[in-house]
Amino acid sequence: MSVKMKKEAKVLSQGLLAEGIYDLWLETEIAKDACPGQFVGVYPTNKATLLPRPISICEVDRERSAIRLVYRVVGSGTAEFTLYQPGDYMTILGVLGNGFPLVAAAGKKVVVMGGGIGVPPLLETAKRLSEADTPVKPVLVSAVMGYRNSDTFLSEEFSLYSQIHIATEDGSVGTKGNVIDAMREQNVEADVIFACGPMPMLRAIKEYAQAKGIKAYLSLEERMACGVGACLGCICKTTREDHHSHVNNARICTDGPVFDAEDLDM
Amino acid sequence: MNTQVEIAGVKFKNPVMTASGTFGSGMEYADFVDLNKLGAVVTKGVANVPWPGNPVPRVAEVYGGMLNAIGLQNPGVEVFADRDLKFLEKYDTKVIVNVCGKSVEDYLEVVERLADEERVDMLEINVSCPNVKEGAIAFGQKSAALFDITSRIKEVARQPIIMKLSPNVTSISEMAKAAEAAGADAISLINTITGMKIDIHKRKFALANKTGGLSGPAIKPVAVRMVYEAAHAVNIPIIGMGGIANAEDAIEFIMAGATAVAVGAMNFHDPYTTEKVVKGIEEYMIRYGVEDINELRGIVE
Repeated sequence: MSVKMKKEAKVLSQGLLAEGIYDLWLETEIAKDACPGQFVGVYPTNKATLLPRPISICEVDRERSAIRLVYRVVGSGTAEFTLYQPGDYMTILGVLGNGFPLVAAAGKKVVVMGGGIGVPPLLETAKRLSEADTPVKPVLVSAVMGYRNSDTFLSEEFSLYSQIHIATEDGSVGTKGNVIDAMREQNVEADVIFACGPMPMLRAIKEYAQAKGIKAYLSLEERMACGVGACLGCICKTTREDHHSHVNNARICTDGPVFDAEDLDM
Repeated sequence: MNTQVEIAGVKFKNPVMTASGTFGSGMEYADFVDLNKLGAVVTKGVANVPWPGNPVPRVAEVYGGMLNAIGLQNPGVEVFADRDLKFLEKYDTKVIVNVCGKSVEDYLEVVERLADEERVDMLEINVSCPNVKEGAIAFGQKSAALFDITSRIKEVARQPIIMKLSPNVTSISEMAKAAEAAGADAISLINTITGMKIDIHKRKFALANKTGGLSGPAIKPVAVRMVYEAAHAVNIPIIGMGGIANAEDAIEFIMAGATAVAVGAMNFHDPYTTEKVVKGIEEYMIRYGVEDINELRGIVE
């Protein structure tokens, strides 16, 4: 298991990626351990704030010892993050969470599925899957990404590592509808799914996967406090007894954020 | 220089503890903090049986603090004794187990189950959690009920007991006196202050439980005032807590009359807070030539 620490990280670059969505590269030693699907807690400096903001890791560059965070501005904390310039330092807690079980895709057709701000963590996932060597190499890596409109951020980068399929709510690009509609319309085959996105999307994926006999791993989001498994703030209901409290509540920050869909009571 | 403090015959290497519910049983924070350096680990509340807690969202940030309505999720005393107490065996720190329940019998069952556990140095009785509908806080808001539960626990407890008091009362002095009169060995305060947050964009409560307990730096002045009032009402030792972020805050509580202090919500902000407070207290003592931490207690007139 990787070591957790709270440390300063140097901003390498930051830019606007789409409306309200920012693209940030940080130099940090946690890059060497970071896996796709894991996240970091980022601290605002405003003294009125207490808690780190959980943000998923979009990409890892081990050579530069850097991680890429693609985040949406949702409040004053994330609004502060947009002000950081190259050379500035931010404080982060990490690396947190379990990440996607990439070996589950060995020899299989794997589909990474993202919706909205759930898209970013799947980029590193697609990259690692496409770069995997035998015996863990998947036979096919596809990506199905859902957006509101033609602002299909990161989709070109997915095409470097996978066959990309797009769904948009307004129908401006790809299939009109959601990621499941795109799966059906564009005949995307899957043995294994790795997904991140809003809860209704994840529920629909679980249902779809169950009906088709596909193995699905879902990355969840919840309001968090500590990020390290102590406060029990960010739980999700599970079908099996959890190992911490034995009450069918798993901790998203430490037992997750990625869960086998079969284990989730959604 | 002496940083050791004593409560009911139990000697703590320094006055810095963890506030219940913010530190698990130390396992999760052992990645960050050397537990051997702490005066005590105060565990998350444990009941006679597992409790599932409240629905999510359970936490929300507010100005200078946070609200929580976890609802005392815990694995029950059997798992706790087998796993958490065993984990704590390898550390040279005192262990205070926080006990919760929905009825007097629930509390007594946990206290009796832990009676022979050598790793348990003290028990902290949580009669002040604002997030559990039955029991719990009902015992902590009426002095007669507090007196009753305290005396019944004292009859069966082998370890010294600390009654953890709620700030959601008219007179903290009256509650402190009731605990003392019933035989409590110490009191700890404050638990969280009941609060509420509304998301105006979604037109919904920020917490599924609607209300939650406010903690963090925002509550510190209230906590210091209540520790001061309680210290003037009773002679038993007090463990002070509420928004402690650094050594200066901790010393404020000690000067208000606390024998020991606990770090709570700020563990979430900075997992190294407890160790930093220990170090900062020593630096303060050197700076002002304080030989014994106990000289500072209640020193403010």
